[in-house]
Parts: sequence; structure tokens; C-alpha cells
Amino acid sequence: MKQGIYTIGHNRPLTADVWEMTLLGDTSPITAPGQFINIKLEGLFLRRPISVCHWDGEKLTIIYKVVGKGTEQMCAMGPREKLDVLAGLGNGFDVQKCGDHTLVIGGGVGVPPMYGLAKALLAAGKKVTAVLGFNTASEIFYENEFKALGVDTVITTVDGSYGVKGFVTHGLPEHYDYYCACGPLPMLKAVYNAAPTSGLLSFEERMGCGFGACMGCSCETKYGSKRICVDGPVLEKEEIVW
Amino acid sequence: MVDTKVTLSGIVLDNPVIPASGTFGYGKEFAALYDINCLGTFSFKGTTREARFGNPTPRIAECNAGMINAVGLQNPGVEAVIAHELPEMKKFFHKPVMANVSGFSVEDYAYTCAMLDKEEQVGWLEVNISCPNVHNGGMSFGVDPKAAAEVTAAVKAVTTKPVYMKLSPNVTDIVSIAKACEEAGADGISLINTLLGMRIDLRTKKPVIANKMGGFSGSAILPVALRMVYQVYEAVKIPVIGMGGVSSAEDVIEMMLAGATAVEVGAANLVNPYACRDIIADLPRVMEKYRINNLTDMIGGAHHG
Ligand SMILES: Cc1cc2nc3c(=O)[nH]c(=O)nc-3n(C[C@H](O)[C@H](O)[C@H](O)COP(=O)(O)OP(=O)(O)OC[C@H]3O[C@@H](n4cnc5c(N)ncnc54)[C@H](O)[C@@H]3O)c2cc1C
Ligand SMILES: Cc1cc2nc3c(=O)[nH]c(=O)nc-3n(C[C@H](O)[C@H](O)[C@H](O)COP(=O)(O)O)c2cc1C
Ligand code: FES
Repeated sequence: MKQGIYTIGHNRPLTADVWEMTLLGDTSPITAPGQFINIKLEGLFLRRPISVCHWDGEKLTIIYKVVGKGTEQMCAMGPREKLDVLAGLGNGFDVQKCGDHTLVIGGGVGVPPMYGLAKALLAAGKKVTAVLGFNTASEIFYENEFKALGVDTVITTVDGSYGVKGFVTHGLPEHYDYYCACGPLPMLKAVYNAAPTSGLLSFEERMGCGFGACMGCSCETKYGSKRICVDGPVLEKEEIVW
Repeated sequence: MVDTKVTLSGIVLDNPVIPASGTFGYGKEFAALYDINCLGTFSFKGTTREARFGNPTPRIAECNAGMINAVGLQNPGVEAVIAHELPEMKKFFHKPVMANVSGFSVEDYAYTCAMLDKEEQVGWLEVNISCPNVHNGGMSFGVDPKAAAEVTAAVKAVTTKPVYMKLSPNVTDIVSIAKACEEAGADGISLINTLLGMRIDLRTKKPVIANKMGGFSGSAILPVALRMVYQVYEAVKIPVIGMGGVSSAEDVIEMMLAGATAVEVGAANLVNPYACRDIIADLPRVMEKYRINNLTDMIGGAHHG
């Protein structure tokens, strides 16, 4: 983990309320896909945790949904503005653990970290299939980005306005030997129950610090209590206690 | 050269800055970021007789200029702290540490303090009496002068280390509690713990925190903390450690003028992990700005003349 001042490269809407922002600065603290950053914003006491979508050289990309004061402030920011960021937080996905054909499953703003993960899996020589779930056609983002990686990409929408109608669990292919998932809790639970293989699941929790100091984000696992911010956000299927 | 040294019950601190219990773990997360030997000392996570998982999540809610936490004293228990945390701490922290202790009965406090009394690394015991007393309908020890005195006496009986009683601000008369602790033999008073508060989420229309209520802390509470430190300093002869909303070198000096011999920094560490290091580095500049040569001379300065 490292604190740094990052410069906004671009900040653009992908859908009505989901934005993509690039941050220019030191990406060396980021060691695995699925890690997150914690952003300090003017006038707000706590930092805002957002997953790293992907990173490359001196640039990292985040994708965030506008839901409250902090994300509203972020979407009003422009190129060359500066942000105080703690980078390289959390364990991220362990690509070594993943199978030869890994499913990456993302729901809503759980999709972004799966993009960086897909890239890392491909780089490690693994076959990747993506299942990305959204509520409706107008909320879909990054379909083309996944396809451009050469990844088989299944889109599901709850209302059936695009792709497979239903939840991500309705879009799971027949053959794969491992999965990684990030999304809202009900989605993670449904995937956990539906997918027969082993897997890694990424969780969210309200955070005080994001680096292990406050015990604000604890959860119980089969191997004892873990902090989502440092021992997670990615947990192994086998250790999860719902 | 300005002098930032202060003396806390006979132990000299290089400076009065102490990370507050619950915001610094057992030090290792911060030792990975900077050399924490620059600190006066630090108060480690509230430790209890048995291991505790704590409260359900969400445990954290944001507020204007502050936060609410309902961690519920999650800690590995005193035995694990002595077996694992203290030996590990020895490798990266070479000063006496402040052991923060919690309990749910008078016996709990005495047991945990007696265990920690044997540890050479422990310089002071800081006894958090904001906890509910299971033998008294869950009423906090810290709201009743008699219960506060009972805990103080029980702890004093099992240790030779200086005992700082950490008071809850959720009382009508903080002075009567502080005096009761002093009369029962306390070596010092720490204050304030968090203020009971809550937030409600407009989307779900329900409390943000699973436990509904929690402890409010952060910059917003500085005036309340300062007032209580000021009142307690006037009423007792033992030293006072001041805390609540401190996030800058200016705040540290303000606390000291109100009567604090040393100053703890809590929530600020969570937002800026380097907060204490930065405050310590900034102290000489702020002292020079206000023509202060010696911090010890400032203690209680606002009361005189
Ligand atoms: C590890 C992790 C990774 C995340 N990655 C992403 C991502 O890539 N894209 C994205 O859009 N969102 C992500 N989130 C959720 C994101 O943190 C929240 O949407 C954001 O903090 C909301 O801030 P706000 O000020 O707009 O909302 P407000 O509701 O005003 O925030 C109030 C407080 O609640 C906290 N909070 C609110 N919602 C959440 C939540 N869902 N999870 C944790 N804390 C919350 C805020 O951090 C803040 O402290 C992630 C959360 C975690 C824990
Ligand atoms: C996340 C968190 C956990 C805390 N845990 C403890 C604890 O275990 N024991 C204790 O005596 N005080 C605990 N406190 C209270 C702080 O030590 C301090 O008294 C209070 O937060 C006021 O200081 P601040 O405004 O600088 O945060 C905790 C505070 C926070 C924010
Ligand atoms: S958010 Fe503080 S320990 Fe995880």
C-alpha cells in the first residue's frame, strides 16, 4: 500500500450513471487484479474505496457508479485535477489459483475488476469466458472491451432487453473449471450456489481505513475472522460463511 | 531548538503524540508505512480477557467531519496478544507501549490487567470503562462514579504500572467520574472516548450501522473533548491524556493548553495513515509560530492568570 497524488487523465460517462476515470501516477503498489484504491475527496471524512479496473505503466483506470456525495463529486472532476489516493489495497485475485478455463463473472459495478483479471488470465495463458450481468440494455458497459481481448463474452440483463434474460447465473456456460466473481451480495450467493467448480469471490464492506487498522470491515470465515480490506476483498469459495 | 518532550507518570515521551486505541491496531499496519518509533508511544487495540469477533457489519458510518464506529472491541484476547502481538511488536517498536484494556465485569478488568502487568513492554495501562457491565443490566461502568471507582481499585490492586482510566463522554457530569477514579487511586485520566451517535440511510430508511448506534469521533468532536479535558484538569491533580478530534499539531497544542499532558489521535489515522508522523514533524514549526519553546510549559496554560 502506498499513498500518492494522482492526476486525472480522463473522466467520462459510460452510461447514465457509470463513469470511467483514468489516474496518472505510480501504479507500482498495485500487484494483482481485484485490488482497490481508497480516494480522499474534498470535504468528506472517509475515503472512498473503488476497485482498480486495470493498470498499465503510469496509468490506472477505475469505473464507478454515481450513488452519493463522493461519487457525485468525482464525476464533476476533470482532466489535470489531482486526487489523494491510497493504492494497492487488498489481496486481489490470485491468477495462479485459477483454472485453465476460468469464468470471470461480474455484476454491475462488479464488472470493472473482472476486466483487469481477464487480461491477467490471458497473459498467464488461460482461456477466459466472461459473464457480465446488468439490469437493462442501457446500463451495459465494457462489452466491446472484453470482446476486444478475444474473450467469449455473455451478457445477461434482468429485463431481457439485451443478451440472455435473467441473472448471471442464467448465462453460465456448460464447461469451465474455475470461476472468479464480483458483484452485489445476492449475485455472489447465487453464483456460489449455482457454479459447481471452485472459485474466488470478491466482497464489499463499509470501510473505516481500507488498510487493516480499524477492524471496521471484518467478516467471519471458516478459518476465523478476516478483514475485507486486507485479507480480502477476494475470498476463496471454500472459506466463505454466508 | 524547541522541546517537545513530556513526562507521563515518570516515563519521558519524545513528544506528546499517541495514536489512540482502536485506530492503530497493534502497530504493524503502520510500521509497514513509517518508522513508528517517532511516536511518543501508542495505545494498542482494546484488549479483553477472551477473544471477541465484535459486532455484525456494517460497523462504520460516515458523518460530517467524523465517523461512527461500532466495531465492538474485536480483538484476539489477552493471551494471544501476549503470545503473538507483543513479541512481534518488539521487533518494530522500541518504546514502552500503552496497553488499552476493556472488560465486562470488574473481574475481567483485573484479570486482563494482571496479565499485562507482567509484560515489560507495557508502560501504562489505559482502562476503557465505556464498556457495558454485564452484572449491572449492561450499564456502562463509565457512567457511574461508584462503578468507575470499583474498576480503578480492582486494577490498581493487581498492577504496579501507572493506570490511566479512560472515560466515556456520554455522561452528565464528567468531573464526578474523574474524581471518583482519582480517589480510587488512578494515576491519570484519559478522555474522551467516542460519543454515542447514529446515522440513517435514506435509501434503505434504516440505520446505517447494523448495531444501530455507535461511537462518533473525528474532527467534529474536538470542542466537546477540549471542554471535558479543561473541566477534568481543573478538578483533579493527576495527569490527563486528551483526545477527541485531534488531527493537527495546532490541535495537539490546543489540547495541552486545556490541560492535557499528552494527546491521542484516533480517527485521523484511518483517513491519513501518516497523520501522527505528519503531526509530529509539524510540531516544531507550529511551536515556533506561537513562540512556544517547551511543550511541557503549555500544559493547562489556558487555566492560568
Ligand atoms: C473493495 C471495494 C471495491 C469497490 N469497487 C467499486 C467499483 O469499482 N465501482 C463502484 O462504483 N463502486 C465500488 N465500490 C463501492 C463504492 O465504494 C461506493 O459506491 C462508494 O463508496 C459510494 O460513495 P458515495 O460517497 O458516492 O456514497 P455515499 O452513500 O454518500 O457514501 C457514504 C459512505 O458509505 C460508504 N459506502 C456507500 N456505499 C458503499 C458500498 N457499496 N461499499 C462500501 N462502502 C460504501 C462510502 O464509502 C461512504 O463512507 C467498492 C467498494 C468496496 C468496499
Ligand atoms: C474504529 C475505532 C475503534 C476504537 N476502538 C477503541 C478501543 O478498542 N478502545 C478504546 O478505548 N477506544 C477505542 N476507540 C476510541 C478512540 O480511542 C478515541 O477515544 C476516540 O475515537 C476519540 O478520538 P478521535 O476523535 O481522534 O477518533 C475507537 C475509535 C475508533 C474510531
Ligand atoms: S476498513 Fe479498517 S480494517 Fe478494514
